[in-house]
This record gives sequence, C-alpha cells and structure tokens, in this order.
Amino acid sequence: MALLEVEDLTVSFPTADGVVKAVRGVSFRVEPGQTLGIVGESGSGKTVLTQTLIGLTPGADINGKAVFDGTDLLQLSEAQLRRIRGARISVIFQDPLTSLHPLYRVGWQIAEMVRAHEASASRKEARDRAVDLLGRVGIPRPEQRVHDYPHQFSGGMRQRAMIAMALALAPKMIIADEPTTALDATVQAQILDLLLQLQEESDTALIMITHDLGVVADIADDVMVMYAGRAAEKGTKHQIFYESHHPYTKGLLESIPNSSVAADRLRPIPGQPPSLINLPAGCKFHPRCGYVLDRCVCAEPELVRIDAVADHGSACWLPAEAAGVGASAEKLREQAVREGRRGAAVEVAEAIAASPEVA
Amino acid sequence: MTLAWFLIRRVLTGIVVLWAVASGTFFLFFARPVQTVAHQLAGRTATPAVIQNVINQLGLNQPIMTQYWHFLGRLLHGNLGYSFFTQESVNTMIKQDLPPTASLVVGGVILWLIAGLGVGILSATRARSLFDRGSTVLVLIGLSMPVFVVGELLIVAVFVPLNQHGLTWIQTQYAGPSQGLGAWSGHMLLPWISLAVVQAAIYTRLMRGQLLTTLGEDYIRTARAKGLSERRVIFTHGVRAALTPVVSQLGIDIGQLLGGVVVIEVVFGLQGLGQVAVAAIYQDDLPVIIGFVLVAAAFVVVANIVVDLVYTVLDPRVRIA
Ligand SMILES: Nc1ncnc2c1ncn2[C@@H]1O[C@H](COP(=O)(O)OP(=O)(O)OP(=O)(O)O)[C@@H](O)[C@H]1O
Ligand code: SF4
Ligand SMILES: [Mg+2]
Repeated sequence: MALLEVEDLTVSFPTADGVVKAVRGVSFRVEPGQTLGIVGESGSGKTVLTQTLIGLTPGADINGKAVFDGTDLLQLSEAQLRRIRGARISVIFQDPLTSLHPLYRVGWQIAEMVRAHEASASRKEARDRAVDLLGRVGIPRPEQRVHDYPHQFSGGMRQRAMIAMALALAPKMIIADEPTTALDATVQAQILDLLLQLQEESDTALIMITHDLGVVADIADDVMVMYAGRAAEKGTKHQIFYESHHPYTKGLLESIPNSSVAADRLRPIPGQPPSLINLPAGCKFHPRCGYVLDRCVCAEPELVRIDAVADHGSACWLPAEAAGVGASAEKLREQAVREGRRGAAVEVAEAIAASPEVA
Repeated sequence: MTLAWFLIRRVLTGIVVLWAVASGTFFLFFARPVQTVAHQLAGRTATPAVIQNVINQLGLNQPIMTQYWHFLGRLLHGNLGYSFFTQESVNTMIKQDLPPTASLVVGGVILWLIAGLGVGILSATRARSLFDRGSTVLVLIGLSMPVFVVGELLIVAVFVPLNQHGLTWIQTQYAGPSQGLGAWSGHMLLPWISLAVVQAAIYTRLMRGQLLTTLGEDYIRTARAKGLSERRVIFTHGVRAALTPVVSQLGIDIGQLLGGVVVIEVVFGLQGLGQVAVAAIYQDDLPVIIGFVLVAAAFVVVANIVVDLVYTVLDPRVRIA
C-alpha cells in the first residue's frame, strides 16, 4: 500500500486580484522508503501542493484527498495535523539561513521539536537527542556545536542542522523543498549524498522538490513534472529521462547543462509560465510549445497513461507513441505537427519561433 | 569578562558625558549677565552696592575659571551646591523631588509597554479584523494628542466627575508608595495614562508592524512545520524576534521622555523634579539647573546602558563591544 496517496488535489487562493489557481487536480503516490521528485519552474505549485498536505496553506480553498498512512490529511483538525507535522511528516526548506530562528541555539531548536511531540522527554534527553542527531548528519564536535547559534554555522552546516531536525522524530516521510538551491555546488552534492544515505538507513519516504532535473537524476525513484499547477508528466526516473513524452519535460531536459540529452545544444524554454489567475485556454503550455497543434489551443489534455506496461502518464495531445529522446520519436512528433497544425496553432507557433530565446 | 569590560567602558563614557553636560550648562549660564540673578535676589529697588554685595556673596565676582574649578571640586565630592535663592542644598532638593518623577516615569513606561505591546500583538495576529481596524483608529487618535491635552482631558472627564460622585480613589498631587499601593496608584494613574497615551500608540504601531513582518519569515514557517502549538509559534518564535527592534526604540524614547514629564507634573500638581527645574530656569538658579540637568543626563546614560545590555541578551548576533 502506498504511504501517501493524493487524489485530484485542487488548491486555490482567493485574492483581491482574483482566484490564484495554484494546484489544479493533481494525483500522485509515494511508496514507503521511496523518493518522488517533483520538478517544475518557479510558480508551478510545488510548494503549495506539498504544504497543503500538512495544513500550512491557510486561507486556501482545498479539494481532493490525501491519504497518508490510512488517514485523509485534508479531513484532519488543526490539532491532529500538528501532531503529524514534524513527527510523521517533516519538512526541509530551501534557505537554511532564514529557516532557522536566528535568536535560538541550534540544539535548542532541535530539542524544542522533540519536546513538542514527546511530552515525556526531559530537557536533558531532548538535548542529548539533538547532539546525537547533529552527529548523525555529520557536524563535527556536536556536543559543542549544539550550543551554537545559526549564524555561527556555515550554509551547509545549517542545512545539515535542518536535516537533523527533520529526522528527529523518525518521520515516515520527509518533504525536502529545494533543499540545495541556496547552497553552492560542492555543498549541494554533499547534502544530497547525506539525504540519500540517511534515507537508506531509516527507510523514510522522500518528496524532493526541485526545479533542477539534475538533482532528480541523482536521487529520485519516481518523478512528477509540474506545469501551471498540474502534473504534465509522471513516471519512473527512467521514463522521464529516456522516454519522456511531454514537450515541457523535453524542454527541461534540454536546459540541464552538461546533460547527455542536451549534449550539443543548451536551450532554455522560450517564454514565461502563465499567470495563475488568468490561465490560457487549452493546454496551459501551448503558448511556449514548439509542437503546438490546433487542438492544444482550445482543449486541455488530461494526464493519461501513454505506456501499456508501466504507469507512465503525460498530459499532451501528441500521440502516445511519440515518447522518447531518439530520432524516431522526433519523427513521430513532427508528423503529428504536420497533420495537426492547420489553423489556430500556426500563428502561435510563429510567435514562439520569433521569440528571442529561440532565435 | 567582555561584560565587565563593556560595563567599565560604558560607565567611563557615561562619566565623560555627565562632565560635558555639566560644564556645558555651567558655561552657558555665563552667557547671561550675572547682574540678572543678583537683581532678582536683591529686589527691584536695590542699590548697586547691594547688588554687588549679593554678587560677591554668591562668589560670582571671581574669574570664571576659578568658579569652574570650585564647581568641579564640589561635584567630585557629590555636592551639587546650594540654591541661589533658598540656600537649600540641591542634593536635598533632588532627594525630595525625585520620587514623584521616578514614579511617573517608571509607571508610565511600564503602562505604555504593556498597552502598546499587548494591543500590537493582538492586532498583528488578527490582522485586518475588527479589533485591528479599531485599534488602528485609536492609534491615530493617540498619536495626535499632545500630552497636556490628554492630561487636561483626564482631569475634566475622569477626575472631576468621579470626585463629584464621591469616588475619591483617583486624585491629583503626589502620594508615595509608602502611603499604600491604593493611594499611590490612585494618585499616579492619570499621570501615567497621560505619559503613556502617545507612546502606547507609537508602540502599538511598531509592535504590530514588527510582528507582522516576523510572522512572514521563513523560520516561522519552520516553527509551524515542526508541529508547535500556534501560541508557541507566535510568542516564542514571533514576538521574541519582533522584540529586539522595540527595545532599541525604547532606548531612544527614554531619552526624550523628560519634556513630557515636566508638562504632566505641572498639569497634575506633582511636586517633582520637572517643576523644580522649570522654576529654577525662570530664576537663573544655576546650581539647581545643573543639578536637574545632571540627574536627567545620568538617567539617560543609565537607561541606555541597560537597553544595550538587554539588547545583547535578546540578540545573540549582537556582540557586546
Ligand atoms: N497564500 C497565497 N496566496 C496567494 N497566492 C499564493 C499563495 N501561496 C502561493 N501562491 C501562489 O501560488 C503559485 C504557486 O506557488 P508555489 O510556491 O507553490 O510555487 P513553486 O512551484 O513552489 O515555485 P518555487 O520554485 O518558486 O518555489 C504562485 O504563483 C504563488 O504566487
Ligand atoms: S498538448 Fe499541445 S501544446 Fe500542450 S504540450 Fe502537448 S503538444 Fe504542446
Ligand atoms: Mg517553492
């Protein structure tokens, strides 16, 4: 049984400017001990999606189901959710400098979390646990460093401390929201290694949010690519990297520097993600898609299975066979374009071709 | 170790400041002709001989520097001299008149902090609620009320009607804590409120703004994600961080407090340092003026040392230096 099963989750924020449709009908599952990578550009709804699960999107209209370990998280009261947050699902945030409280000692902040969930733990026990945890995440001389304030830690050490905190109560699942984005490359690699190693030791499920497919390649089992609040494509890591179907996934792959897929040409995706208040009609990616067809402009494709054997889904009108990074798949796509682009899409395609990123 | 060093340095600088303030006041006095004082003392009809006599008696005929060294010598012994007019010891005057002023300042500051921080916190955690909007209006009213207007209003609207109806707890004039907590607070309540109104409004606004900013910080999100109770998130994590800028503001405000104190003493008939100082200034009573100025300066110096200490305790990133 899946540890987490999210079904048709919708999250929107009523604001003065209009309703922000941040997440529009997303479904996915996370197996115990496995890693799901969620990838997408800034604003695609990755954070909102995961924070909603643990009740941290106040003021949002939420619909759908999110069954974690047998209970629907979206039906729980604030008090019940609080007992899950930190203890059974914990979070590692992007910027370790601003995510730790600047005025409290690192050890205190870890111990505080232990004591919030284990009323029986004494101050001393909680402190000892903090020392242990800091040691586990590779902080040297942890018995001294527990007394440090966050500003006395380097960026990498702070993120290690955040990881220590996330591990404190041996949660079943950790949500890591771009945990390495704010760190420099060597430290990034160390932190990812640490996460992988700890995950193996403790058999914790991990949701790894990132806008960098490279990070996903290192660490994920399954991958969900998000665009404008929806899953554009979903599958195993192998499917996403070698049998990708959705042009947006292809675009992401081609924009990884030094990747095999983008070997000779590094190409950013043209244009900007759409406003979540005024979404375009049809496929939300169509104003940026090099394969845009006439039907893409007016009808939004559902996420459907494109693979008879494995659970590989894509929300794109291109034919299911047109999956993969090879020349034959590209041929199929080009053929689909020839047949399917007669009217409305012609103009859109010309506009994309004329945009500076493509030229 | 660093703490002791910090204290030594700050106390030494404080002493230099006090010396500079005292000297400044001393020499400023000589910008005014000595004759004026003597005239006032000797009376309108005094002959020049009488006036000269008075001047000699006060020692004002000696060269300025000689007088200055005398003055400094006495000061080093903790002697502030004697009033030109009553011959009373300035030390005694200060000892007598300090309690009402100290009561007023301490009570006023505590009241404004409680009111300002309390309402500020409630407003921030209920942003845009009815309470928040209401308090915003009250803050605007409070900000636009000069101290003497608040004082007079309280007398007319509270003190007079209550006493007319036989409720005599609220009083003007001064009663010390030694006369019972009831009497003391009854006599001091209106002055405290007068001193606190404007500042409470300022601190409500400050606290609300600070806390709203703080509650948007990433570490508050972390606190929630840790599964802490909302109360703990707001107070232990939010208010704690919002407090540091409030404390540094307090350091500034305390220095500017004394003007309002003088006005309130006059309005409520409190026989405190402020009233004495005003009288002394009208009469050019130099020793009394210098005494008052020194007490005020010492108060500011000490308050600032305390605020800096509190600040370093509140924020570990600030080094005592
Ligand atoms: N409380 C809120 N009220 C209104 N809009 C919100 C709120 N929270 C998030 N949004 C909007 O929802 C959209 C999705 O945001 P989200 O933070 O989930 O994106 P993301 O994929 O995590 O991006 P990033 O990579 O920048 O972290 C954004 O357009 C954001 O402005
Ligand atoms: S549906 Fe059409 S516009 Fe959307 S990604 Fe597929 S081909 Fe491109
Ligand atoms: Mg995000």
